[in-house]
Amino acid sequence: MTSTTVEPGIRREPDLARFDSVERAVHWTTATLFIVLMLTGAALYTGPISTLVGRRDLMRTVHVVAGLALPVPVIVGVLGRWGRRLRNDLTRLNRWTSDDRTWWRRTRRPSVRLGKFNPGQKLNAMFLGAAGVVMLGTGVMLKWFSIVPLDWRVGATFVHDWVALGVWISVSAHVLLALRDPVAMHGMRRGTVTARWARTERPQWYEEETGQPAERLRQSPPGHLRRGR
Amino acid sequence: MLLRTVGVVKRAVGVVKRAVEEGAPVGRRVFLGILGLGAAGVVTGAAVQGWLERSVAPIIGRDPTGLLALLPIGRFRIYTVTGGLPERSRASYRLRVHGRVERELDLSFNDLLAIPPTELVRDFQCVTGWRVPDVPWKGVRLRDILDRAGVLDDGDAVRFVSFDGAYSESLTLSQARRNDVMVAYELEGEPLSSAHGGPARLYVAPMYGYKSLKWLQSIEVTRRVVPGYWEQRGYDVDGWVGRSNGRDDDPT
Repeated sequence: MTSTTVEPGIRREPDLARFDSVERAVHWTTATLFIVLMLTGAALYTGPISTLVGRRDLMRTVHVVAGLALPVPVIVGVLGRWGRRLRNDLTRLNRWTSDDRTWWRRTRRPSVRLGKFNPGQKLNAMFLGAAGVVMLGTGVMLKWFSIVPLDWRVGATFVHDWVALGVWISVSAHVLLALRDPVAMHGMRRGTVTARWARTERPQWYEEETGQPAERLRQSPPGHLRRGR
Repeated sequence: MLLRTVGVVKRAVGVVKRAVEEGAPVGRRVFLGILGLGAAGVVTGAAVQGWLERSVAPIIGRDPTGLLALLPIGRFRIYTVTGGLPERSRASYRLRVHGRVERELDLSFNDLLAIPPTELVRDFQCVTGWRVPDVPWKGVRLRDILDRAGVLDDGDAVRFVSFDGAYSESLTLSQARRNDVMVAYELEGEPLSSAHGGPARLYVAPMYGYKSLKWLQSIEVTRRVVPGYWEQRGYDVDGWVGRSNGRDDDPT
């Protein structure tokens, strides 16, 4: 557990709950399946890696099983009584605020007040969600090709190939950015983030969660601010 | 006409603008948009892939960085059905010819080189959809090898076995005697690498790639066709490009 900020004049603020155990379980099982699919997929379809790994029958079996399992964690997480927070976050990922729109123009970023997710996270989540569905659909056509017109099988190969490239790019970017932000990473690993991180990185969300204003808390005592508003 | 178009565009921009300010469900649109693209890709993909193979593949071949080779266009995918790649040097290579023949043969790689070679430049088409354009092959006509062994009257098919220990293939005798069926040992002017089935493989130009068995170890003349590895798993025994496995690719 990383410590929260300790600054003069401010009591140590408690960490904020960011992802509950259901969300984390869904994230990490899905992430594991994605990684397995990407690696076995690479072993099946790119020449040099195929050459290194071989074992085509085994790779294909693992790829197919992992692919069929891909939607299971999300479905179980969303449908159950336990999935309230997950459903809530899916709604957040769906909505695109005007602050989100401004966020892309880097020069104005300091004035942008983000909610729980930044637009990149929203786009990544939506792309990977849709890509998962597309990959599963085309994958099924490739595996059980007798159930669809044969021309579709070539089309399915085509889509499966190109979307795979997109998945590699999206997942790589997601992982690299996560590695650069240990607090955000902690939120997904252990469920909590520091209040300081929430105030600076996700002010809108901080206010929703705590009912406190996010700005200037770092410089001024909370009492002063409360009086001011 | 133009004015009306401008009007429509303006209104559309307005709708998008308002939606964005209210926190539009952009996520759902992205999600559904990608699903739609995926479905469109499945239906039109055969045509688009064909176009990419023709137009972009030649550019990739000339890309000095090699990065474009990561794109799924115009390139071989290496398939093996066993663990790893079977390795065998030219020096230790042997090709056995047996079954319904007058003389069994046990050919070394040099024996193959001693037979007058043949060359072919043809597209390579896989039954899973990818196609590599204008691939130059060099090797020995299968017919010339069969003639050296002398096929007996009751021999009517040929069975091939790979030294990977698992793969096999077959042809009828009349297919095997075609001019465009060879035992290949060079690909694109280079000795055939292990990944491509070296030191020597079968190359059946008019059929899908699975007929062109890699790592050729033995040629057996049989009385009738014995279905090969993939044919026991559902592929057509007569794998003509464009006329089998329910596909309609252009002939190679």
